[in-house]
Amino acid sequence: MSSTQLISTRDAFGEELVDMGKEKENIVVLSADLAKATRTSWFARAFPKRFFNVGIAEQNMMGVAAGLSTIGFIPVVSTVAIFAAGRAYDQVRNTIVHSGFNVKIAATHSGISMGKDGSSHQAIEDMALMRVIPNMTVIVPADAPETKRVLRAAIEYKGPVYIRLGRPEVPVITDEKSPFILGKADILRKGNDLSIIACGIMVPQSLKAADVLASRGIKARVINMHTIKPLDVEVLYNAAKEAGAIVTAEDHSIIGGLGSAVLEAFSCKEARPPVYRIGVRDVFGESGEPDDLMRKYGLSWQDIVKAAEEVLSLKEG
Amino acid sequence: MAKLIEWRANLLQERVSVVKHSTELVRELEKKAITVRQEIVKMTSNANSGHLGGSLSCVDILIALYFHHLKHNPQNPSWSERDRFVLSKGHAAPAFYATLALSGYFPKEELSTIRNINSRLQGHPDNRKTPGVEVSTGSLGQGLSVAVGMALGFRLAGKNNHVYALAGDGELNEGEIWEAAMFANHYKIVNITALVDRNHGQNDGREEDVMSMEPLAAKWTAFGWNVFGIDGHSIKDLLDVLDKSMENRKKPIVIIAETVKGKGISLVEGNDDYHAKCLPKELAAQVVAELEKRKEIL
Repeated sequence: MSSTQLISTRDAFGEELVDMGKEKENIVVLSADLAKATRTSWFARAFPKRFFNVGIAEQNMMGVAAGLSTIGFIPVVSTVAIFAAGRAYDQVRNTIVHSGFNVKIAATHSGISMGKDGSSHQAIEDMALMRVIPNMTVIVPADAPETKRVLRAAIEYKGPVYIRLGRPEVPVITDEKSPFILGKADILRKGNDLSIIACGIMVPQSLKAADVLASRGIKARVINMHTIKPLDVEVLYNAAKEAGAIVTAEDHSIIGGLGSAVLEAFSCKEARPPVYRIGVRDVFGESGEPDDLMRKYGLSWQDIVKAAEEVLSLKEG
Repeated sequence: MAKLIEWRANLLQERVSVVKHSTELVRELEKKAITVRQEIVKMTSNANSGHLGGSLSCVDILIALYFHHLKHNPQNPSWSERDRFVLSKGHAAPAFYATLALSGYFPKEELSTIRNINSRLQGHPDNRKTPGVEVSTGSLGQGLSVAVGMALGFRLAGKNNHVYALAGDGELNEGEIWEAAMFANHYKIVNITALVDRNHGQNDGREEDVMSMEPLAAKWTAFGWNVFGIDGHSIKDLLDVLDKSMENRKKPIVIIAETVKGKGISLVEGNDDYHAKCLPKELAAQVVAELEKRKEIL
């Protein structure tokens, strides 16, 4: 890894939101009694008149944001992923996205890696829920610098966006200067034996797995699929053509998220590579330290290495 | 009616002082209301579906807003100085579309396409398809939040535009309505008027049997709103209360408009069967003709 610096994506989000607030006076921020946890309290301190706590009322938060957007404001709503995508699903779907409103939903504490609060607070379905809404954009930044670029791009983009953020501190693996292009995946590591396609917290795990595989003479291409929708199918088709086997890795259910999106992309293709999905295997999580949970539920770099070897045997077989 | 009077006497927070509107204006609007009711009958009958009862109950409210009170420009639906209207009870789409067409947002001829494939007039309002529709609605309980957000937006932008949201009384079962109500109070949002089409009916029957909302005015008062209660079928009362409610605003305001489901068509009036049902073609034509006669008498 290029750096051992650890920063959580929610911290980067909170920082960049303040910076963007200075640049754009029409950014307003809403929180559902989780301003500290989502780091929107930093924006609240800097711009108290443009910050609105709605209380523990996520459904109303989505509606109020929708209304504000119609007057020319850019609302950034923030709560934890389970409530943003779950509790307020109908409001996101029917009021915000159906109407085509310019609302940015920053969902923190996503995935099993949110840790000790346990399965009631671990959103392992949110990518699936958001991805199936027509015209929705879904982005999962891999680290802190990318989170800042993603927020910037999301605010520049006109339309609803779901940004999936995490609670734990994660290694910095992208460069401040490298661009973020919505819908265009980044190839972080070259290789033609297989491709590891990952998003979010699983990107650094994938890079670690690629290092281990390299020591065993296997060259893995590592793709940071930060945009889940619209999916970069070109990078997938090239990966299939040039590397021929795929492992997907996400801190989300293996049903409906990145792995499913990748498989869908190949559904009508004649040449279909074997695809092994790393993710939560259709079970609820539990309380625990993020690292322990990721090991127990099969989301560690070791699991990616094992999956890579298995999928390679399928390719060769 | 005795019940209504009693209700008004007991629960009115603010009395409507009489504001003079000419009888000519009232009569003209009453005629328009009949025309809208005719169109609703034709539309739902054509489409062989749609919510007849809850559309007919809110016609007079829509007429008072669109033909007198609301600041809007049908020739320029995105005019920045316009007031905003949100039909939170999206299933009253037939009443809404007929009102918009009569206002000039789109040709009246288009009304017959409601609920048909390729039509701009969806079963529930769709802001991406229909001129004059500000937000897609239909999933109940969501419109008031959007309206409150709009009102907050105008205040932040330093503008005076006013926002109106029309909700059904059955719709008030939804928790989000009350989330929005407490938000408006907390942030002292006063450029919002909620209107409740209090027709006492919902999909499964009488509101009192399904999920009673009484004491309704007390609920709104408890949430920090000022409450007006009126006869929702009296154009004159509606015009008066809308004017009166604009004076000295210190709180968000809700107008509880006492209405009758299916109002204006004797067969449908107060008949719970017509929540999401329409009249067969022949009967519809007969009703439209009768309404025409009533218009002539006015």
